[in-house]
Amino acid sequence: MSGLGIWNYLIIIFLMMTGLYMVISSSNLVKKLIGLNVFQTSVFFMYISFGYISGGAGPVFNENVELYSNPLTHVLILTAIVVGVATTAVGLALSIRIKESFGTIEEDDLHKMDSSL
Amino acid sequence: MTANTALILTLLTPLLGAVLIGLTGRWPNLRETITMVTALSLFALVIRVLIGLNAGEDIGVELFEVMSGVGIAFNTEPLSILFAMIASGLWVVTSVYAFGYMRGTNEINQTRFYVCFALALFGAMGVAFSANLLTLFIFYEVLTISTYPLVTHKGDAKAKAGGRTYLGILMTTSIVFLLPAIIWVYAVAGTLDFVPGGILEGNLAAGSATILLLLFLFGVAKAAVMPVHKWLPAAMVAPTPVSALLHAVAVVKAGVFTLTKVVIYIFGTDYLASVPYESIAVYMAGFTVIAASCIALRQTNIKRLLAYSTIGQLSYIVMATMALAPFSEIGAAIHIAAHAFGKITLFFTAGAIYVASKKTEVTQLNGIGWRMPYTMAAFAIGALSMIGVPPTAGFVSKWFIIAGAFQLDNYFVLVVLILSTALNAAYFLPIIFNAFFKPEDVKLKDHGEAPPSMVIALCVTASLTLLFFFFNGPVLDLETQLVGGMP
Amino acid sequence: MLMHLPVLVVLAPLLAAPIVALMRGATWPWLLSTLVSWFALLCAVLLLIQVQAEGVIIYTMGGWEAPWGIEYRIDFANALLLVLITGLASVVMPYARLSVEQEVGAERSPMFYAALLLLSLGLCGMTATGDAFNVFVFLEISSLATYTLIAMGRDRRALTASFSYLVMGTIGGTFYLIGIGLLYVMTGTLNMADLAERLPAISDSSTVRTGFAFIVTGICLKLALFPLHLWLPNAYTYSPSAVTALLGATATKVAVYILIRFVFTIFGPEYSFGAEPLAEVLIPLAVIGLLSASTVSIGQPNIKRMLAYSSVAQIGYIVLGIAMGTAMGLTAALLHVFNHGLMKGALFMTLGAVMYRMGGTNLSDMQGLAKTMPLTFWAFVIGGLSLIGVPLTVGFVSKWHLILAAIELGWWPVVIVILAGSMLAVVYVGRVVEAGFFGEARDPTRREAPASLLIPVWILIFANIYFGIDTRLTVDIAEAAAAQLMAGGVVR
Repeated sequence: MSGLGIWNYLIIIFLMMTGLYMVISSSNLVKKLIGLNVFQTSVFFMYISFGYISGGAGPVFNENVELYSNPLTHVLILTAIVVGVATTAVGLALSIRIKESFGTIEEDDLHKMDSSL
Repeated sequence: MTANTALILTLLTPLLGAVLIGLTGRWPNLRETITMVTALSLFALVIRVLIGLNAGEDIGVELFEVMSGVGIAFNTEPLSILFAMIASGLWVVTSVYAFGYMRGTNEINQTRFYVCFALALFGAMGVAFSANLLTLFIFYEVLTISTYPLVTHKGDAKAKAGGRTYLGILMTTSIVFLLPAIIWVYAVAGTLDFVPGGILEGNLAAGSATILLLLFLFGVAKAAVMPVHKWLPAAMVAPTPVSALLHAVAVVKAGVFTLTKVVIYIFGTDYLASVPYESIAVYMAGFTVIAASCIALRQTNIKRLLAYSTIGQLSYIVMATMALAPFSEIGAAIHIAAHAFGKITLFFTAGAIYVASKKTEVTQLNGIGWRMPYTMAAFAIGALSMIGVPPTAGFVSKWFIIAGAFQLDNYFVLVVLILSTALNAAYFLPIIFNAFFKPEDVKLKDHGEAPPSMVIALCVTASLTLLFFFFNGPVLDLETQLVGGMP
Repeated sequence: MLMHLPVLVVLAPLLAAPIVALMRGATWPWLLSTLVSWFALLCAVLLLIQVQAEGVIIYTMGGWEAPWGIEYRIDFANALLLVLITGLASVVMPYARLSVEQEVGAERSPMFYAALLLLSLGLCGMTATGDAFNVFVFLEISSLATYTLIAMGRDRRALTASFSYLVMGTIGGTFYLIGIGLLYVMTGTLNMADLAERLPAISDSSTVRTGFAFIVTGICLKLALFPLHLWLPNAYTYSPSAVTALLGATATKVAVYILIRFVFTIFGPEYSFGAEPLAEVLIPLAVIGLLSASTVSIGQPNIKRMLAYSSVAQIGYIVLGIAMGTAMGLTAALLHVFNHGLMKGALFMTLGAVMYRMGGTNLSDMQGLAKTMPLTFWAFVIGGLSLIGVPLTVGFVSKWHLILAAIELGWWPVVIVILAGSMLAVVYVGRVVEAGFFGEARDPTRREAPASLLIPVWILIFANIYFGIDTRLTVDIAEAAAAQLMAGGVVR
């Protein structure tokens, strides 16, 4: 891990916290979703960092290379990205429906209207 | 028919009866005929079981296993057959009485009434013949739930409030105290079967046994030891046949029956005697006897007075059971029968008075003795039995309980008995006196006796109260088996 | 065919879902979904029989051996759960036809049934798989299906309920993902059996501890352990009746199963309860959740919401059983997973029938139900008695074992809490029963619910009674499963 040291992990933690903070603090539903995305993306980075082996090449077969990075984490995260995209899509669709039926996507206003959420 | 078949049929008969009564609700005459047939056949079946027991037949049925080592199983022994005899026998009489009462007062939902009544008897039979604590607990709850619609029969606010107290106390205590007590027994003994001599000896630390005993004492709220007695006065909002059979016989006797079973077959009298502070149960029951009598002294509503009198009498049985002398165990068993005859008579008369005159208060009864001579004569017999005056049933059991007290030199029991006899006399005798020797002052309507079916029923139970004094030999022989022969 | 059973449970609804989505009208999608869920039930029952006869079944996906491929591993615990999930789905599907027609509408029906199939396949997949990452994938499949299903509720608040569940659910899922990642980086495997083998050697590393914490927290969010339950009441209240029934009966239960799998199989009871303070964390939360949720449910005017809070409370019982860390406690937890599924499924479906006839599930809609809809009402009464834990119902069986487990440990305060929970249940169930029994019906002309709603309801009610009397099947399997799980690691 000499290349990046622990910097990538610090960035991941920073992104993670930023994302969670956005989810909790912002009142706008779309901003919440953005926060959720940031949060998820930080986890994707984390997985990819896990897979990196110092001095290892990208996991593409090459006769001159002996040490590869772990390709499995990439595959896993590809799945997780798909899941993330699907979640965002459903979340955005819900936001649209909420806008249609409540006329707002501000959480505070929704609270006042139906004392739900 | 073998005794085992009869045993199973005692459970199926009231259940089948309930279904048929429900189906024939549209034709009152048919419905009541079915009730009567069910009651009679149930009584006959119980007698068949009794004959089997006396003949030494091997009686016992296990239906299926619920937990490992514990199943739904039935058998019989002297105590259970006595309870079953009383409950089923008096159901016949009560049914006759109920036809008159329910028609006389034009009650609503009569079909539901008879269905639930049959279900309650199903519960009582299950309690009586259960071969282990789990089965007993299940039918104990059946009895609680099936009587709830009966207590709330009128459906007005007062009935609902009464029903809430009724279900609240019985359910709470059974779930919070009785259930953990049973599971505790299962956890330490690995079985819940009723075994003569008990199953707990050597399995439980001495201090824990005291706590377990208290869990049972208050878990079985149907025995109405204070402070878990409040449900019984609350249940008095029910129609009188319910109060008579269920809240003077089937339900409350199921309570003391359960406690007696637990003492004899789960703890074992010998083991229980070695449990420290066991006598605390005697003191609780003794206190209840005195306190309930004092409260009864101040009641003006007839049924509430009878309810508090029942609480006191039940604690007689509990006290006698917990005293652990051989004579007092027999006394407890006999008092289950003796009190049943006396108290059902008293409730029958209260109902008859209500149907005939719409009177519900003690103070309104002046001079009523001459309008309803049979009813009030029966009342007098029932009341004398409560006090324990010969020649009534109450005397027999009191005799044995006192004998038990002397066996152990337990003067607490003796003092309680003397004091409560005085108190019982103090609240029953004035009613009898006023009914016959004071002029009528409250007159709601002109009336004579209640409908004949009611009068017949109450005369039958009053005669039973008298006859039990003279012909108690078979019962005595049976119950002495509980303590291994006459001591 | 028989050797492919583990995958067929998942594959059949997976293949059917897109077909259902492409169909038109309401009848055909319904028919196909119903048949598929019955087929899945058949597979699950056969699996259970097979497990009983032969022991653990290992199925390698596509013939790729673990740890390269994904393997499905069926033992007693998940075989039992598969039967519960597919069984509930098989009852809910036929029930859904009328209820969905009214609450969701015919034009959205194909999508609804497709999502319902995806939900049940996601739950089955989570249960059947032996691969930790595969659990995440199925978790998200079932969650996404759930979000859309909740949003189909009639009330517009269904949308906001769905949205907040989406946010909380995604956070929970991502926490789980983080935990899995940390375990992967330490062990180099995602196969549960391999994880269980390799973890003991490195169990004192802080990465493993962090992973454990993330996984437990993430799953506890999905199983709605207090105080992570906030998404549940709204989600259950506003989703269509059929969805609530399936969700309430199975969704949180599968999360419980995953928790059990991680705590007992993967980390092992010694690690979870010895090295980590799992019991010390879970017990207070379970107790507070049990008591507070039961208390809150007493005051709810909406009965569906009342039962939702009761579900939070019941999760408290289950988590208590897990937190005891003994074979007896685990047996009780597994039993209650199954039994609570039966009773909550029945109760929510009963409310669906009330919804169908009365148009709402408030206490005022329940007034006088004993006269207008007696069969529905008595189904509710029996389900309620089961919830309280009255003998001869399944609730009694699980409560019995839970108390027995607590007494065995000498945890008397826990016994008192369990009993107090039952008492609160008496109050909140009693309230509804009293209204139904004595209340004046708002509209005495309303009639009994149609048979296609009542038959599924009564099937579940009979199951409640049957498994309350004949406990051989459930108790024996739960005991066997607990023994397998307590052995730690994976039985080869």
